[in-house]
Amino acid sequence: MYDIMIIGGGAAGCAAARELSRYKADICVVEKEEDVCAGTSKANSAIVHAGYDAEPGSLMAKLNVKGNEMMEAMSKELDFDFKRIGSMVVCVHEEDIGKLEELLERGKKNGVKDMRILNAEEAHALEPNLTEQVVAALYAPTAGIVCPFGMTIAYAENAAVNGVEFKLNTKVEKIEKIEGGYALTTDQGVFETKVVINAAGVYADYFHNMVSGEKIHITPRRGDYCLLDKTAGGHVSHTIFPLPDRFGKGVLVTPTIHGNLLVGPTAIDIEDKEATATTREGLDFLISKAGEAVSDIPMRQVITSFAGLRAHEDHHEFIIGEVKDAKGFVDVAGIESPGLSSAPAIGVMVSQIVSKMLDLSENPDFIPVRRGILNPNKLSFEDRKALIEARPEYGNIICRCEMITEGEIIDAIHRPVGARSLDGVKRRTRAGMGRCQAGFCSPRTMEILARELHVRMADITKSGGHSKLIVGQIKDQL
Amino acid sequence: MLHYDLVIVGGGPAGLAAAAAAKKSGLESIIILERDHELGGILNQCIHNGFGLHTFKEELTGPEYAGRFIDEVTALQIEYKLNTMVMDITADKKVTAMNRNDGLFEIQAKAIILAMGCRERPRGALNIPGYRPAGIYSAGTAQRLVNIEGFMPGREVVILGSGDIGLIMARRMTLEGAKVKVVAELMPFSGGLKRNIVQCLDDFGIPLKLSHTVVDIEGKERVEGITLAEVDQTGRPIPGTEEHYTCDTLLLSCGLIPENELSRGIGVDMEPVTNGPVVNESLETSVPGVFACGNVLHVHDLVDFVSEEAAAAGKNAARYIRECGQTSDMGSAVKLCTEGIVRYTVPKTIHIERMEDELTVRFRVGAVQKNCYVSAYFDEERVIKKRRPVVAPGEMEEVKLKKEMLLKYPDLKKITFRVEEA
Repeated sequence: MYDIMIIGGGAAGCAAARELSRYKADICVVEKEEDVCAGTSKANSAIVHAGYDAEPGSLMAKLNVKGNEMMEAMSKELDFDFKRIGSMVVCVHEEDIGKLEELLERGKKNGVKDMRILNAEEAHALEPNLTEQVVAALYAPTAGIVCPFGMTIAYAENAAVNGVEFKLNTKVEKIEKIEGGYALTTDQGVFETKVVINAAGVYADYFHNMVSGEKIHITPRRGDYCLLDKTAGGHVSHTIFPLPDRFGKGVLVTPTIHGNLLVGPTAIDIEDKEATATTREGLDFLISKAGEAVSDIPMRQVITSFAGLRAHEDHHEFIIGEVKDAKGFVDVAGIESPGLSSAPAIGVMVSQIVSKMLDLSENPDFIPVRRGILNPNKLSFEDRKALIEARPEYGNIICRCEMITEGEIIDAIHRPVGARSLDGVKRRTRAGMGRCQAGFCSPRTMEILARELHVRMADITKSGGHSKLIVGQIKDQL
Repeated sequence: MLHYDLVIVGGGPAGLAAAAAAKKSGLESIIILERDHELGGILNQCIHNGFGLHTFKEELTGPEYAGRFIDEVTALQIEYKLNTMVMDITADKKVTAMNRNDGLFEIQAKAIILAMGCRERPRGALNIPGYRPAGIYSAGTAQRLVNIEGFMPGREVVILGSGDIGLIMARRMTLEGAKVKVVAELMPFSGGLKRNIVQCLDDFGIPLKLSHTVVDIEGKERVEGITLAEVDQTGRPIPGTEEHYTCDTLLLSCGLIPENELSRGIGVDMEPVTNGPVVNESLETSVPGVFACGNVLHVHDLVDFVSEEAAAAGKNAARYIRECGQTSDMGSAVKLCTEGIVRYTVPKTIHIERMEDELTVRFRVGAVQKNCYVSAYFDEERVIKKRRPVVAPGEMEEVKLKKEMLLKYPDLKKITFRVEEA
């Protein structure tokens, strides 16, 4: 019997796993996909919000501000990319300036530091590509951008190094109360655990409702995005939001941590928890909407579009804690924006709750520091030269758009919770994430995966399951 | 730091022809840097025939065509490095490159020829909605998987875009036992060569649907089907025209983009229409001593013309080195201008003193026009008038200018290219 099973290897589940690995406990993360960070955590705005949006006093407000404060130290400790670039909420109608004041007040109540309202001139000075319609802006210098894959995978790797087990490709089908805990029936067998942490994203209501009489409801709220080439990455230097509306924070324009430009999301409530297809209406909406706050966005430079599903709980609030009528079952539900920003704080909060429940003692061997995949592009000429002399695979470029070497891809495969698919390699190294969108490097990355994992090329997938990339050999059916 | 007179970036058809021509012009110190594990570039995966009709007056396969130039480069004892990625080039011609054996290294060059080729436009650039499963490939990626690796990317195929690689792959997949159901093209005309439509689609009964696009991709893990719809004149899908196709593969052949990241790093002026550098009659960019040729300059239809253009670049680079860059700074240039459906010209300027006896000006049109003249106006006077039964965006046009002709117009300011009704 495990002490703790965590359902869901997203940002919240992995952060909880890592924080709980500070204690002596048998912990297992179960994830239905072939990799961690494969659901909501992989397709979002990649923003670390300052914290002025959420209702004062809410858990969202508290964890957002705390997560934001923790982010820099965490990014150093776990070696993932994060940058505090600041955000601006821009106002295009004089009569709406009052709404900026409201946000400012809310931010102050939430404990957000250094916010101020800029007049049109100040706003344009900071961000020359704002449209002329912009009359004022709320500037929040503490907002930032993060690599959502980098952060989630960093948490997962560090958790694994500290003894957490990861069962990937494992779908939980049933949860039953048993003596002293729960039995989780999965497509890979039945597992027993004292405590369940329900970090299942858009499926969190499904699992909650299996054990509790007090039902919750989570709506997948789809958001479409367009990602632009790095040549457009400097179009803005802050995250630019419109004024929020009832569906959320609106269509933002932001540089990403890796230097692309991101435009999105839409907000469409749907039923299907797997429906991550983009729609023409959604993409058209982004193209029309993005121009309201920021002028001349080079939408011809789009290199890919994608959609993610927010786990929207009916009351738009994080639900974190032991379920009243289900002892030993801990919800981490309703983790939509600012979920990514809050993840470090969510991890700590869940760890505090569960360690008390199980009366866990500290793990004296806990290793808090994790080193990420070496990025040779960050080395000096001499250091890089020395690296290639010692490890020639770092002299072999596989992804020419992002300049990713074979050495980095091999590293990504052999790490704890390593890459098993093209998307797994992509999220860890950026190979295939550039302007040609894996056109050139796919066959080469497939070869490296097959070689390093000792599997056939035909078994390599894009993202696990039935996502096989090739269906056979030439002439095999002639 | 290594020193070479001429560094050629790319060992595909352009780089090879440029190297051979430079050597034959008397230049000794030349090196080709190639990122792949063999010379020949994308031709190595183009195993179909039809190459070399202009250059060799015979039909060769891609590897055979490349082989002729590789043999020449080898016979001329031109140095090259394989598996070598150029990381950076500075305006003062310092090239930083990398490979497994030499590690990271720098070369100081006197002249550089950019011959990096092009890449395929990805799905994202087309804003095709739907899921993002396995089974969506650019046509060139599928070509590599089939022709180099020997793998089948799928069994039931829909192709979006009628670029030449897509047309070639329609035939190739069919010959390997796949069912190619349809080729859809957003534009009202094909982006590929007429001969490829006949030989790769018509001969195999594969329908070509013009003014159609993909409006949905189904299948979360692997492609399960796609929906096509007809588009109106603005490219918007027309509701009610949707047609569903069951398939496991979607190939994209929606255009090629010259790969100019290194060129931008040097700071050469770019032509937005071609996505290639702006060049003069010597195929020299705005940075003196940096030349460009082949698909990195503008996307060609036929490799024969790449070889011809690249040979000129090689010869001009050799002259630049021989004359120690003196010729770069010469008097005023004649501007080449475009009107109507003519979208661009390569080159964009001509220094008459430096031009060869004959100079080929190449360009593309933006629309199909039948029964017309391709004309060149020297200032206001129509000097060249070439009858064409049809001009189309999929077929590059050329006009040959003779030096003696230009010399007759001592005050010539500009030459304007037009397509006019006959």
